[in-house]
Amino acid sequence: MTVTPLGIPRRVLELTIDGEEARVPEGSTILDACRAAGKDIPTLCEGDTLRPKNACRVCVVEVEGARTLVPACSRKAEPGMEVRTDTERARHSRKIVLELLASSVDLSTTPRVAEWLKEYEAKPDRFGPDAARLNEEPKIDNDLYVRDYDKCILCYKCVDACGDQWQNTFAISVAGRGFDARIAVEHDAPLTDSACVYCGNCIEVCPTGALSFKSEFDMRAAGTWDESRQTETTTVCAYCGVGCNLTLHVQDNEIVKVTSPHDNPVTHGNLCIKGRFGYQHVQNRG
Amino acid sequence: MDLHFGDSKPTDDERAAVDALLGPPESSWEGADRSDADLRWARGGREARDRRDLLLPGLHAINDRVGWISDGALDYLCRRLTVPPAEAYGVATFYAMFSVKPRPATVLHVCTDLACAAAGAPELCSGIEERLGPGSGVAVERSPCLGLCERAPAALAIRAGDPVRTAVSAPATVEEAVLAASAPDSAPEEPPAALAVPQAGQDGLMLLPRVGVVDPASLDDYRAHGGYTALRRAFELGPAGVIREVTDSGLAGRGGAAFPTGRKWQATASQPDHPHYLVCNADESEPGTFKDRVLMEGDPYALVEAMTIAGYATGAHKGYLYLRGEYPRSLHRLEHAIAQARARGLLGDDVLGQGHAFDIEIRRGAGAYICGEETALFNSIEGYRGEPRSKPPFPVEKGLFGKPTVENNVETLVNVLPILTMGAPAYAAIGTGRSTGPKLFCVSGSVERPGVYELPFGATLGDLLTLAGVRDGLRAVLLGGAAGGFVRADELDIPLTFEGTREAGTTLGSGVVMAFDDSVPLPRLLLRIAEFFRDESCGQCVPCRVGTVRQEEALHRIVERTGTDAAGDIALLREVGRAMRDASICGLGQTAWNAVESAIDRLGAYE
Amino acid sequence: MSKRDRSPKTYTRLTHPLVRDSRDEPFRRASWEEALDRAARGLARNRGAFGMFSCARATNEMNYVAQKFARVVMGTNNVDSCNRTCHAPSVAGLSAAFGSGGGTSSYEEIEHTDVIVMWGSNARFAHPIFFQHVLKGIRNGARMYAVDPRRTSTAEWAESWLGLNVGTDIPMAHAIGREIIHAGLANEAFIARATIGFEEYKALVEPWTLSLAEKVTGVPAAAIRELAHAYARAERAQLCWTLGITEHHNGTDNVRALINLSLLTGHVGRYGAGLQPLRGQNNVQGGGDMGAIPNRLPGFQDILDPDTRLKFESAWDTVIQPHYGLNLTEMFEAMEDGTLKAVYCIGENPAQSEADSEQAVRRLKALDFLVVQDIFLTKTAELADVVLPATAGWAETDGTTTNSERRVQRVRKAVTPPGEAREDIDIICDLAARLGHDWKYADAETVWNELRSVSPDHYGMTYERLEEHQGIQWPCPGTDRLEPTYLHGRLWEREPERRGRPAPFGIVQHDPPVDLTDEEYPIRLTTGRRLDSYNTGVQSGGYASPLRRGEYIELCPEDAERYGVVVGEQVQVTSRRGSVTAPVWVDTALRPGLAFMTMHFPDEVDTNALTIEANCPIAGTAEFKASAIRIEKLPVATIVR
Repeated sequence: MTVTPLGIPRRVLELTIDGEEARVPEGSTILDACRAAGKDIPTLCEGDTLRPKNACRVCVVEVEGARTLVPACSRKAEPGMEVRTDTERARHSRKIVLELLASSVDLSTTPRVAEWLKEYEAKPDRFGPDAARLNEEPKIDNDLYVRDYDKCILCYKCVDACGDQWQNTFAISVAGRGFDARIAVEHDAPLTDSACVYCGNCIEVCPTGALSFKSEFDMRAAGTWDESRQTETTTVCAYCGVGCNLTLHVQDNEIVKVTSPHDNPVTHGNLCIKGRFGYQHVQNRG
Repeated sequence: MDLHFGDSKPTDDERAAVDALLGPPESSWEGADRSDADLRWARGGREARDRRDLLLPGLHAINDRVGWISDGALDYLCRRLTVPPAEAYGVATFYAMFSVKPRPATVLHVCTDLACAAAGAPELCSGIEERLGPGSGVAVERSPCLGLCERAPAALAIRAGDPVRTAVSAPATVEEAVLAASAPDSAPEEPPAALAVPQAGQDGLMLLPRVGVVDPASLDDYRAHGGYTALRRAFELGPAGVIREVTDSGLAGRGGAAFPTGRKWQATASQPDHPHYLVCNADESEPGTFKDRVLMEGDPYALVEAMTIAGYATGAHKGYLYLRGEYPRSLHRLEHAIAQARARGLLGDDVLGQGHAFDIEIRRGAGAYICGEETALFNSIEGYRGEPRSKPPFPVEKGLFGKPTVENNVETLVNVLPILTMGAPAYAAIGTGRSTGPKLFCVSGSVERPGVYELPFGATLGDLLTLAGVRDGLRAVLLGGAAGGFVRADELDIPLTFEGTREAGTTLGSGVVMAFDDSVPLPRLLLRIAEFFRDESCGQCVPCRVGTVRQEEALHRIVERTGTDAAGDIALLREVGRAMRDASICGLGQTAWNAVESAIDRLGAYE
Repeated sequence: MSKRDRSPKTYTRLTHPLVRDSRDEPFRRASWEEALDRAARGLARNRGAFGMFSCARATNEMNYVAQKFARVVMGTNNVDSCNRTCHAPSVAGLSAAFGSGGGTSSYEEIEHTDVIVMWGSNARFAHPIFFQHVLKGIRNGARMYAVDPRRTSTAEWAESWLGLNVGTDIPMAHAIGREIIHAGLANEAFIARATIGFEEYKALVEPWTLSLAEKVTGVPAAAIRELAHAYARAERAQLCWTLGITEHHNGTDNVRALINLSLLTGHVGRYGAGLQPLRGQNNVQGGGDMGAIPNRLPGFQDILDPDTRLKFESAWDTVIQPHYGLNLTEMFEAMEDGTLKAVYCIGENPAQSEADSEQAVRRLKALDFLVVQDIFLTKTAELADVVLPATAGWAETDGTTTNSERRVQRVRKAVTPPGEAREDIDIICDLAARLGHDWKYADAETVWNELRSVSPDHYGMTYERLEEHQGIQWPCPGTDRLEPTYLHGRLWEREPERRGRPAPFGIVQHDPPVDLTDEEYPIRLTTGRRLDSYNTGVQSGGYASPLRRGEYIELCPEDAERYGVVVGEQVQVTSRRGSVTAPVWVDTALRPGLAFMTMHFPDEVDTNALTIEANCPIAGTAEFKASAIRIEKLPVATIVR
């Protein structure tokens, strides 16, 4: 009998977090360890289905002996590491990162960011009224989803989801450099001329609402989007036989958005165009 | 891969440029005419996807031929290499020397960086534009440091074609720069590299002994002046012996980080994963630095020999030489030197008949300061955007192509030659306890004899400036370039060693020593530094991407202000600078505030 | 140039029952009472000439109740669903070899395998999220080989694509088998212990030299040899197929020929090594598992086994016919000869999905009584006497479905159905009540628990556990443990009794497509799916896909030039059965003499008017993948964009 190679036991290592002993399996990140210890560290570019990019730097912590702060999301925990999550130094960098983002990007639909701005006493306005912003208009070039890059923090998650980590379509990339860098398709063309296959797996991982269902975008514009009135129900896709799990977001008996559980063994949060957007037929109610 | 291509087709020129690099396409799936065989059997997969690292050379091939990269050309290159067009577009738009929009075949890069700005670059630029006028067929682009600071102000003309032509004008006048751009072939020959070495021909030089003495094209001349004795010595010592010598010599990296070279080699050599790679970082882009250019132009075989030794010691059979795109003469000299060495059995399957295989491939940068960061450089070679990777893992463990890699700067490598020929103890006796050997300094700005100087570690800043003939009215000296720091005119007794500069609260960096007299408005200089970092930030992490913008905005606001009028913005700068230093991914963001901070604190720039 | 509307026909939900007295009349709205009474009367008078089309798209619970309706209320095993049109050959072939009709591996295993063969499968389009697992495997270092007449998106990911002639899968498979044997790469120990019929197989494949296979398949011998060696030498290998294998007149033989390769090399019954037929509909696996097929009772238990029948007879208090019922194809044939007179069709659209659709419509029209239960007024529903508005199984009801890796997963009600639409199970139960069977199912879970009590393979799957594990793969006989992710590990057991029945090699012969190409019909038409559309387009037509461009006949550039046609130009496409007009698309993935269409836009271009109803005699699946056609320019050129 072949033995399945799963569940190979991992060693456990010990470290200290804010002075308390912690034990995590080898291979865990500092963020894993912190979360296991109940520490609430802000994250933006970290994604539960993606390899850490550590681009936003809002999760930085202090590690004894390190010259700079380290990103908790990507740095692996090491035996004997002494991690401090809430020092003045770490809090200062988080505050500045939040200010830099909030002063240049529209964070109005980024979950929890208002709470963090308050917690870190961030004052994005202090860079003055002339502080450069992204100043992007929403790109509405198809009926399924909208790209509102004024809300883009350049976390790379959409690029990673579209690229070799999941979808392997490679429709988008970061183009340009520095503050002028933007997510773009080849030749900066409209989406409809690109390699995009409209799987929406980029929307699934977008942390700021820069990418959204057209239905959500339109309802927000009309002021009718109301998550408090929405239900989320997980079911199975009605198309091919793969059996992808869909979470239907329903408001007023209308499906307004479809996601997939990130820990689902079939999808890992990913869907195809049919599963993501092909629901309209049930609500063509005449 | 199921790549998507639009309807754009390459021109014959563009296709020929790509095919000249890659050879003709093998099947219709790669862009050849359709054949019956293609429609029955197609190869793809791993092998097809493994050619990504040819993307940057491919972009160069197109840009060299037509001057910009069209949709059709990019698509064709992508088809040939199985690279997604969106990613290739992301790569092409990363580099300042490429354009994805039509532009004239001739581009004149006019340096507006620190040394050149102080030498009248703004006036030069506007003069050139005025003279050329609209529709001249020349695009004038303002450029960061071109590495010609000893002859500031400088301009570099590149005319696309087959072959691509280049001409350097430095020190440039409007007439000479326009001539270089409009007729690069008939522009006057650049002066020999030795002119950048005021000490050329002096006895006792260890790093520059051949510059200005030998014919840089002649391997025989190189050998007649001691060339390839170090490699013979290396084969006698064996890899472990070489590493011991380098370790005992106390050699530390000359690129700015001063990491002990022997330890780096040892760590790479002992990695069980294979293959190992050697990368020579010749992406000398720190404003004010030009020593590597002088070495490569004046004594190219020295670098080839040093790389061969490093490859032998660390178990690498392949060395990449990542060369600044703005260094056309270095490129030609090294291409020639590598070809000669290969022809003579000094590179290849059996170096010097000793059974060791080693070869060198040159990869050209394309205008991105960040690619001087070691891991960004790996990404650049691999055909990705030149964005730094997070460390750990460190390059000695997972570097180029994810394999153990030793990366050294040109000057560091060239130091290995005297170490092996004179022996580690004698080498280590030079300099101070913790900074051993000789060091090259790039002196520019307000001095009579700008150029590259070789001094043993331990000489003071004053010694060096005296040697270079510092002019009257010295206000400040910038050490280490844009990522370095300013010191005052009354601090000339600072010893030019790693530890000496550190104790003085500044840095040696890559050896830039730029002198400014009191005619240079300091706030303007700081603004130029801030602009440099804003332009060169790769954009990956927030502290650097937005922080460098906020820094530039604040410096802009206070460019004419002092005292309490500037205090608020200076406080803001400090806060942002601290976060950039603490939380940026790589050295660029971490040091982007250094020079400004030192100017405020040390020079009292806004008092 | 005329502007062409890219949006296909959109269907609006049915919100109330429809009835009519005669097929010549239009439908009129009716109450549920009236509609159900009429349906009950229509079925009652045709007892003994009844067939049930169950739905591969509805829940397991609905399929369970539907087959129970056929067997208990109507006393017949004539129950089937559209799995007949796609994967019945996979089920038949796998059952013949291993005694069980499911794919042997799990998605996750393909991420950890060494060689992946995608045979007749454009999973990149048809099963995108399965293909993500394949891509993970490729990223982890697996080498993928694609066997497909077209160089599809899937094939573009392959180390090597083998562009064989349509319908030459058996020659290719046999040549691979022969090469493996001759190269000494067969797993002799496994063959000896776990299989039977090897000597016969060896003799069968012996004539299929690489050079003969090259002649027949059109693929260079070197390519076939490379695939053979890669597959045989791999430590783990996965063989995946889709409709390119099954939708042939000898689909089951094709499946057997592929299974032979796994038996030859021992690439089955181990983690990472197995056979994976990719199912085309959300519950095509579950529909069969629930017994909504003419030869099996729920839990894939054979009707011919007396003990099994006895178990169900006592559980259902009924008598079960001791013979197989008619499959979908045979039911259509029985309509032709008048022995099948009434059909209860739930959620299927055979008027458009069957090969030779004109014939299918004619046969449906000949029925004495047709009741259709659906969420839309489909082309099939338009032929009915009574139309019952149902709920969308995946979003408006509770229950479970079973996917291609045998994973039973919960579906849940998220929205309220429109108007008077009702759940399938409730409708069936109301009909059953009118026909004398008073079934009480409080909810889907009650149905499921009844199924668990009669199906050992499902016994361990309570709703609670399904929720906890995000689905469980069958078999799951115990409530306290989970079985391995792969099937047939028994074949590797040391003890013969634990090893069980050895797997027989399939002795199958090459038989080229029925619809031969000739001078009159020189082009081979094959069919398939596009990424953004699905089957007859009733569901997928409902959303605005930016990728959708409607139906085209796709030709290779050389053929387009030969016939002097350009992209968008309308041409006449004719087979021996029918003729349609369709605009031209040019695709470099095709080669001269090979054309491609889909069945996604039957209201625009009825592709199945061209396809041939030449059926697999074992599984009943039609040869959708191989028709002979010709194309002709229209007298007046019309170009659509």
